[in-house]
Amino acid sequence: MPMVSGAKVDLKPDELAHIEKTLGRTPNMVEIGMIDIMWSEHCSYKSSRPSLKMLPTKAPQVLIGPGFDAGVIDIGDGLAVAFKIESHNHPSAIVPYDGAATGIGGIVRDILCMGVRPVALLDPLRFGSLSSGHSRWLFEHVVKGIGDYGNCIGVPTVGGEVEFDESFEKNCLVNVCCVGIGRKDEIKKGMANKVGDKLILMGGSTGRDGLGGVTFASRVLTDKSEQDRPAVQIADPFTKKLIIEATLETLKTDFVHGIKDLGGGGLTCVCSEMAGAGETGLDVDLDKIMLRESNMIPYEIMLSESQERMMFAVDPEGVETITNIFKKYEVPHAVIGTVVKTGKFRMFKDREEVGSLPVEILDEAPIIHREARKPNYIDQLKQIKLPELPSNLSEVIYRLLGSPNIADMGWVYHQYDHEVGVRTIVKPGHGDAAVLRVLDTKKAIAVASDCNSRHTYLNPYHGGAGAVAQSCRNVVAMGAKPLAMVDGLNFGNPENPEIFWTFVEAVRGISDMCKGLDLPCVGGNVSFYNEDEVTKKAVKPSPMIVVVGLLEDQSKVVTMDFKQNEDLIILLGDTFDELGSSEYYHFIHQLEGGTAPQTDPVREKNVLNCVLALIDQRLVTAAHDCSKGGLAIALVKMCMNGNLGAQIDLTPVESEKLRIDALLFSESHSRFILSLKKDQFNTVKNLVQKYSVPFYLLGKVTKDPTFNLSYSTGKIKCELNKMKRIWLETIPKMMKG
Amino acid sequence: MPIKVAVIQFPGSNCDLDTVYVLNKIMKIETDLIWHAQFKNSDYDAAILPGGFSYGDHLRAGIIAAYSPAMDIVKQMAKEGKPILGICNGFQILVESSLLPGALLQNDCLTFICKWVHIRTETSNSVYTKRIKKGTVIRIPIAHGEGRYFNDEKALKELNNNDQIVFRYSDEKGKITAESNPNGAFESIAGICNLDRNVLGMMPHPERASEPILSPYKSSDGLGIFQSLKQFLEGS
Repeated sequence: MPMVSGAKVDLKPDELAHIEKTLGRTPNMVEIGMIDIMWSEHCSYKSSRPSLKMLPTKAPQVLIGPGFDAGVIDIGDGLAVAFKIESHNHPSAIVPYDGAATGIGGIVRDILCMGVRPVALLDPLRFGSLSSGHSRWLFEHVVKGIGDYGNCIGVPTVGGEVEFDESFEKNCLVNVCCVGIGRKDEIKKGMANKVGDKLILMGGSTGRDGLGGVTFASRVLTDKSEQDRPAVQIADPFTKKLIIEATLETLKTDFVHGIKDLGGGGLTCVCSEMAGAGETGLDVDLDKIMLRESNMIPYEIMLSESQERMMFAVDPEGVETITNIFKKYEVPHAVIGTVVKTGKFRMFKDREEVGSLPVEILDEAPIIHREARKPNYIDQLKQIKLPELPSNLSEVIYRLLGSPNIADMGWVYHQYDHEVGVRTIVKPGHGDAAVLRVLDTKKAIAVASDCNSRHTYLNPYHGGAGAVAQSCRNVVAMGAKPLAMVDGLNFGNPENPEIFWTFVEAVRGISDMCKGLDLPCVGGNVSFYNEDEVTKKAVKPSPMIVVVGLLEDQSKVVTMDFKQNEDLIILLGDTFDELGSSEYYHFIHQLEGGTAPQTDPVREKNVLNCVLALIDQRLVTAAHDCSKGGLAIALVKMCMNGNLGAQIDLTPVESEKLRIDALLFSESHSRFILSLKKDQFNTVKNLVQKYSVPFYLLGKVTKDPTFNLSYSTGKIKCELNKMKRIWLETIPKMMKG
Repeated sequence: MPIKVAVIQFPGSNCDLDTVYVLNKIMKIETDLIWHAQFKNSDYDAAILPGGFSYGDHLRAGIIAAYSPAMDIVKQMAKEGKPILGICNGFQILVESSLLPGALLQNDCLTFICKWVHIRTETSNSVYTKRIKKGTVIRIPIAHGEGRYFNDEKALKELNNNDQIVFRYSDEKGKITAESNPNGAFESIAGICNLDRNVLGMMPHPERASEPILSPYKSSDGLGIFQSLKQFLEGS
């Protein structure tokens, strides 16, 4: 890495030349350190910005779109929902417990500084195979880190998903999403736009931990990354809890004009973004900042990523009121600067100016147009030899239930307090999405995160589009109408044209599906460099999509468990020969390749609207989308959750083009399984036809605790108790052993 | 004078708002949320110590809050015979401040557990179980890392002899089994009261089990505890 004015930087020679030309001089140590941070991939999105422009961001319900700490949407009655996703992949791969915990800390602050109370957390996670000790260690400590932090601050962890695949062995993915609910008229933006306002830094003190964490996240992990440990912050959820309550209390006054949290890029990032968004300047007195360690130089103070800090831009007349609130909660705080109209960010120490930079040089890093080239593997993997049809398909179902990618995740979510807040009306494991009621109203929101990394590896475009579709189906299965999404895009090294191609394709897919479904993107996060430097192996591309949906009437919510003997079971949507990258191919045949499931926004939109209408008219007793493990696994999960059996006849769905294993296990999109009362059959059938959605009667729910399925050339019979045992015990057993 | 209940908020309490919500909105009992430093007199008719992680569980769960001046007021109220209810972290605080005997150790599975369990009501002779028949099984969630009730043999015997064990973890039929004990608590103890029967500490969360919409069983068994409290306060 080049040295400039005594600082190690990741900036490239042409970027350095550009900086010197703009400034007309060589920046000093603190200045170059700040520019280095702000121009890192993590802060500047310099590689991804051109692609992200494809995403639709406007819709009537959008109050605040991308570019702020979180997206905010209108849910009616003067209420708003804020949500955002972040990644904490690199820190978690090195120090899983604190890496994951501080990830939660950061995302909670993002929601808080929009002026709303954080009410839910979701965590999409990726790890290597659970047969590896290293992966089990990461998995155990990431889950514990998330649990300990979320439980302590009293924000329930209500959802998320976990996938295991060898490509995440060295680089686990830890994405965190937080959702907040508040009043529309109390929404705040992270800007300093009122000249004369005082800057109050509140929360933890500034130390040397997390020094340069952002530039660390913008490099690939190496054997030496262990030495980067100081770049991982230490979590302090107790202080965070005080910060949450203190911040929410300050919002009851009219004195707070802007709030922003200190996350990646520390003081540098918060100051430049607040001044940038407010088109002002800032004068900051470094002597006022509470330091944890002695002899910290300006470079360290400005680049530190110490946790649990928030910046407030406060009306000068309200400084006393606000600081009194901080005193009540015993949260450290200090007035550290003033908003000025210079357009410059100036820092003082011992009354001397130690750095001065134009705000725009920090806030607007130059875009890099990366080369994208289609990797050869994409076409190579399409050609595979069709595996032999297993002779015992009942056995295949039992075995699939023991795949860590399908097995019950109770081991994870029972470690999370998912009930605190008395809002969680559908809890983890009970539905495709978590549902939270909005207190003092009839409304509820449904939230789900989804992504299939293997689908995306085989076909980045349809993988990206499919992740959006699947998250929408999860929310719709609860009866909630999707309102907006955020995306957490996790990829390898963007300097590799083949990796960058997968990124561009995935974003194109996400964008096309969002446009087709009229679903705006209100924020997101890009995490590149998820790649092992030794093996050059990148993670499978993982665009994690989080969708928030709205139920106007919380009493209409539907869960996935079969409810009653004799209820009819129907399938909406067609199944295609799309076993490529399915759990069935991977787990049963150890086969990677084939055709990944294709998406079609029109087909998707029809089925989503159809299910919404059915649930709205209270015609459905259980709903579940078909995803990992296909039709067969979706059906048995509904049985296991309801402690009931099913009698299924697949002959109406069979076709000559589709081998039975494809029909059972293909992960085709745009499908739902529903159960309904017998006497509603005709009403349901007629309504479904209006939406041009394929409709099949599959069978009925039975008291007999057996899953019976017949097709033209055979039968499947699985005992409920045996299935449940395998499904429930897989993860705990693997984590013990 | 109308009845008024205080929910005391320590730094790190996090079930405070939930408890206030249930008391105010569901039970219609006038309830104030009070910051511990502002809890200065015992004018309230009852005090609730809510769940959470007071002082971040630093040192040991509940111990720092146990030494706060607010707890002197709580002890005064207890002496006056006013109802004191400690839920989860509140139970830990009651134990650490010696208002209740015993200790709450780390769960025997060594992890935090959040799940719905069954508890059996062991006595109707307490402020909080007046309206619940002895033997009634209550469906209710737990959410804790340190909830394993411990006491020595002699003390356990006394608790039994004095009918101070209010709730035990059980299966859905009310049978006390090793499998239905989620945290390894001694004698499957989930909640105990003092000799005067006005101070109750319990690990499960009745405020999360008071509305059918929050329950996987569409139950609201936790309400019985608050209804008993209300009945006691109203003197009926």
